[in-house]
Amino acid sequence: MGQIFHRSTNMVSRISIYGAVLIIAALAYALYAIAMSPWYTNVGVKLQQPVPFSHRHHAGELGIDCRYCHTSVENSSFAGVPPTQTCMTCHSQIWTNSSMLEPVRASYRNDTSLEWQRVNALPDFVYFDHSIHIAKGVGCTTCHGQIAEMPLTQRAGTLYMSWCLDCHRQPEKNLRPKAEVFDPFYQPPSRLHAVTVDGMEFTDQLTMGRYLRKEYKVASLQYCSTCHR
Amino acid sequence: MKLKIDRSAESHSREARRPSRLRIGMAAACLGAFIFCGCRLDMHIQPKYLPYEPTSFFADGRSERPPVPGTVARGQLRLDELFYTGRENGVLVDKFPFPITRADLERGRERYNVYCTPCHDYTGSGQGMIVRRGFPQPPSYHIQRLRDEPAGHFFEVMTDGFGAMYSYAARVEPADRWRIAAYIRVLQLSHNARISDVPESERSQLSQSSGNQNSAQSTGQAQ
Repeated sequence: MGQIFHRSTNMVSRISIYGAVLIIAALAYALYAIAMSPWYTNVGVKLQQPVPFSHRHHAGELGIDCRYCHTSVENSSFAGVPPTQTCMTCHSQIWTNSSMLEPVRASYRNDTSLEWQRVNALPDFVYFDHSIHIAKGVGCTTCHGQIAEMPLTQRAGTLYMSWCLDCHRQPEKNLRPKAEVFDPFYQPPSRLHAVTVDGMEFTDQLTMGRYLRKEYKVASLQYCSTCHR
Repeated sequence: MKLKIDRSAESHSREARRPSRLRIGMAAACLGAFIFCGCRLDMHIQPKYLPYEPTSFFADGRSERPPVPGTVARGQLRLDELFYTGRENGVLVDKFPFPITRADLERGRERYNVYCTPCHDYTGSGQGMIVRRGFPQPPSYHIQRLRDEPAGHFFEVMTDGFGAMYSYAARVEPADRWRIAAYIRVLQLSHNARISDVPESERSQLSQSSGNQNSAQSTGQAQ
């Protein structure tokens, strides 16, 4: 029987044995990269919506408060997608000829739902409540990103469990004064930009966060049953 | 020729091992099937309706159902005429259904800033951002006609809408509507107060507090 493999394949086998570690590491990294990629997490992905609603225009340029449309965010688990009536409060009078807004007018005329595509969705086995986060000084933009700069709404966080736990383990990293929760342009304190709370000036997020945590009685909840109930 | 013989010899020895290979293969197939059976989304997508979840069960596709016409949920029979309509015996009245405290006014200001300022602006003169973008301008709160209107009028306008203004009943609870009405009274007073309205003991603080008010207003505008 002749040689099946050429002598040079010896080198290949040697490299592959010692390279096994590298290959496994590369595979692990590839998996991680896929898990963190927008293709898998939908972060930064703009979905096709019935109307190209712009948060940048409404919340950013016009300065309409988040709660004007998301009325239930302060006392309910879900923030609330506004009914068509809320859109028509203004758009019955302005941009009434815009073809872009025809689906909104049709929805109001025919009493049909506008079928928005969900941007942020959690698996059904996760319990999440907006109201408690709002009440404890977690700002809208902390999770939803720079919403006032998004012409089309997109997901800002991976919504992975690790993403939730990052903050639940150290809430002080993200807390802000309650008065600033709905400000889409809020900047955390830095050396160049002090944030005043109760007459005290803070120039460092962790220092302010620790103060607020004590003041607002923010627990670092990490029980499984906090979210999986 | 030689090669052929070798092969047959090998296949012979293979045959002897065949049952164990078959078993391994079957085990692998079972394991594979088992693993892929585990790939289900039952827990991710549970057979329950979360808010706004669509359904194919109802013709309009909504899982949230409006109450059947004529039904009243327990505790929601609106018997308190003043509280829910701003009227007494059908007449608008100039009083509040509950005593207005400072906390109520603060809450009223907060709600006013969220829901009313887009058109009525932070001072109530009717020059809000949406008006500047083309919405018909509402009258200023500081005209005599609106100063003379009873508090119930403002409550009723928020509840039912008025002119180009839609109803805010779905967005603002009745108690908050009353608090906003109280805050509108504060705004009106702020534009129509005399020095004699201020108790003498407080007058010395006027310059100080007006400074505070300006800064509060400018931060309000910035928001």
